[in-house]
Amino acid sequence: MTVLRLSGITKRFGPLVANDAISFELKRGEVIALLGENGAGKTTLMNILFGHYFPDEGSVEAFGKVLPQGDPRAALEAGIGMVHQHFTLADQMTVQENITLGTEPLWRPTLSRANARERIVALSRDFGLTVDPGAAVASLSVGERQRVEILKALYREARILILDEPTAVLTPGETDALFKTLKLLVAKGLSIIFISHKLHEVMAASDRVLVLRGGKLVGERLTADTDRRELAALMVGQEVKAADVSPVRSGAPLLVLEGVSTRRVNGAGLDAVSLTLRGGEITGLAGVSGNGQAALAALLSGTERPTAGTVAVNGSPIADWSPKAALGKGIARVPEDRHAVGTIGDMSITENVIAESYDSARFSRHGFIDWKAARGFAEQIIRDYDVKCPSPETRIRLLSGGNMQKLVLGRALDPDPVVILASQPTRGLDVGAVAYVHARLLEARERGAAILLISEDLEEILALSDTVVVISKGQVSAPSKRGERSIRELGELMAGHGEAA
Amino acid sequence: MRLEPKPAPSLVMLLLYPVGAIVFTLVFASLLVLLAGASPFSVFFLVAKGAAGSQFALFETLTRATPLIFTGLAVAVAFRAKLWNIGAEAQLYIGAVVTVVLGTGALPLPSILLIPLIVIAAMTAGALLLLGPALLKTRFGVDEVVTTLLLNFIVLLFVSMLLEGVLKDPMGLGWPQSQKLIAEARLPRIVTGRRLHCGFGMALVSAVIVWVIMKKTTLGYEMRAAGNNAEGARFVGIPVNRVLMKTALLSGGLAALAGFSEVSGLKGNLTLDLSPGYGYSGIVVAMLAMLNPLGVVVSAIFVAGIFVGADAMSRSTGVPSYIADVMVATALLSMVVAILLARFRVRWR
Repeated sequence: MTVLRLSGITKRFGPLVANDAISFELKRGEVIALLGENGAGKTTLMNILFGHYFPDEGSVEAFGKVLPQGDPRAALEAGIGMVHQHFTLADQMTVQENITLGTEPLWRPTLSRANARERIVALSRDFGLTVDPGAAVASLSVGERQRVEILKALYREARILILDEPTAVLTPGETDALFKTLKLLVAKGLSIIFISHKLHEVMAASDRVLVLRGGKLVGERLTADTDRRELAALMVGQEVKAADVSPVRSGAPLLVLEGVSTRRVNGAGLDAVSLTLRGGEITGLAGVSGNGQAALAALLSGTERPTAGTVAVNGSPIADWSPKAALGKGIARVPEDRHAVGTIGDMSITENVIAESYDSARFSRHGFIDWKAARGFAEQIIRDYDVKCPSPETRIRLLSGGNMQKLVLGRALDPDPVVILASQPTRGLDVGAVAYVHARLLEARERGAAILLISEDLEEILALSDTVVVISKGQVSAPSKRGERSIRELGELMAGHGEAA
Repeated sequence: MRLEPKPAPSLVMLLLYPVGAIVFTLVFASLLVLLAGASPFSVFFLVAKGAAGSQFALFETLTRATPLIFTGLAVAVAFRAKLWNIGAEAQLYIGAVVTVVLGTGALPLPSILLIPLIVIAAMTAGALLLLGPALLKTRFGVDEVVTTLLLNFIVLLFVSMLLEGVLKDPMGLGWPQSQKLIAEARLPRIVTGRRLHCGFGMALVSAVIVWVIMKKTTLGYEMRAAGNNAEGARFVGIPVNRVLMKTALLSGGLAALAGFSEVSGLKGNLTLDLSPGYGYSGIVVAMLAMLNPLGVVVSAIFVAGIFVGADAMSRSTGVPSYIADVMVATALLSMVVAILLARFRVRWR
């Protein structure tokens, strides 16, 4: 039985076709995985389905009825529930209040709290979504918050559940639990659309896979009849090659942290962290986001000062710490958020590539910027890094993520840095760009730079890192050499169980 | 109704926005003119004629544009760095006060020394006046819109106090006005017999200097970066707070020049009606110019033309000259909407 039918959905943003005549059906009790690179059009499609965007063409039909366009309420009423990548919970309210928010009639003087609680408890028992209805959302872990989001949809009697990148924020253990819940849900007759770009999850959790590439539906496979290789090829339109890593040649310690603590930065701060980065090595920092990665990245970037402990670069301890000082010490920074931090969106490519060195003798004299030299530098990076852009005068926010990241990378690697901080360097990039970024990092490693790779993608960490360190609650584990710890062991460390450093 | 982001507009579109805003303004003003019982075409014709129909009219318009260029530049510089200086009016009056204090005989110097000295002193005073709100913003997060706006009233009352007190002209028949500037402190006229003075030339030079600063120097680069994305600017090592301080000094100094040039070039003394809101009109001027320093000159002349032309028009038709205020205000609002439409597509449901 078909519960949901999308017919010929097309959505354009200016010249960009985000969705190109996409049609598919979802059956009762089925899990569809929507697979594709970031930018392939997955989220746009789901936003149309859920009524956040108007499609330019096409229609959405749920349970035999056409949904009015651009009306999230109609989608909710038709039994479609969505769990967004970024949760939409009110932190100061309890789990129960969050779940019942908006479902209680306004004119009834008393809320039927007891009934609501009973229903929530029953739902969480039936589907393995353990969470205390009385707890404040602020006190919950990320995994628990996601359960609240799912409960919220179930409480509204959703029959179709859309999950947007549900595993991005989960530990391996939490991911397994989520997949068990999904099995229980389909057993009860729910249908699920599950958006992801991680192949192993798609293989583990879905019945059918739809592959999106460049806004088009390029493939549809039964999960049982396909494998990761085929899906990857469909997703990127070419065979994927794993990065070729030469044997490690460790050099001198170039960055040494000893007992360093910081303030909280987007999650945990560092708590007495000791860490050594050696030349010629890539050190991978694995962990669930919010456990201190942001604090460590900010420390290396120079935007955060240590509140305790010492930091030494290339043997000399740092005193007056700032982004300029970090650059002066030869630290290259590739920030996690290239849109909000790494680039200045409405400025040109030229203006962006000189951002870290505009006041150096190379690009300015007596307070006047040498735009000719700046433009030459931009052209050099565009050529060396194969950046696709109309001209160096193009505003950088008009570029794709991959091209933007190449510029950020080119700017950071230009002065031959001793230490390289690469924070989520490939997040949201297509496979070609990912391979490119990896190759450049490995090149810098060959040259003898010490590289800290912070990533949420465990596969990326394992593929590139000579040394792996796990961060949890602001503390780091003892380092392990390539292949020393299994994924399971790393998962345990990420979840905060296991030995301390 | 929902807003969706859209790709960057082309250069032609960018020029169409101010034009579209002005067309909408004219249409809207036509309705008001009809209400007043006159023909919009003849009214607009008379406005245009009054603004640029003769050498006299043109010079009047340029005279009126002079303070608007200064305040427009002050606002453009500040807004570019996202420092919302709504206090150009106060900075203008402080510049005027300094001009009067130094220029009424306290310093018996020749013009060639006295005028530069007054200019520097006036700019410093205006700069320092904006430094306070900028410090409050960077240190304590106090909203500069509130502080600069309220300073306008404080400064105006302060000037009123001075004009009733220490600066009051003993020969002024009791009017709250200052003494006349000495001849050495007066800016010369450009053409004898016309009111247009050298302040206009200073304004043009200032516009070019500001344009050079914004486009060619590291300071301008820092200001644009800090205004565009403060977090990104901080990340690459731009000292954003210090840049905001420099922006405040530059902006306050430019606005103070408006006060100097009005007193020294035009009025010769300080009264409470020195500025009919040039500080606020500077916001319109800067927005119409989309914060481009050279565009400020064009939009200041345009706005001044509306004011001057509307005065002439109301004398002959009986449509009140307040139509000029309505038009300028409408132009600002429609420009803000046009800028919004440049960045977003509106979806109606």
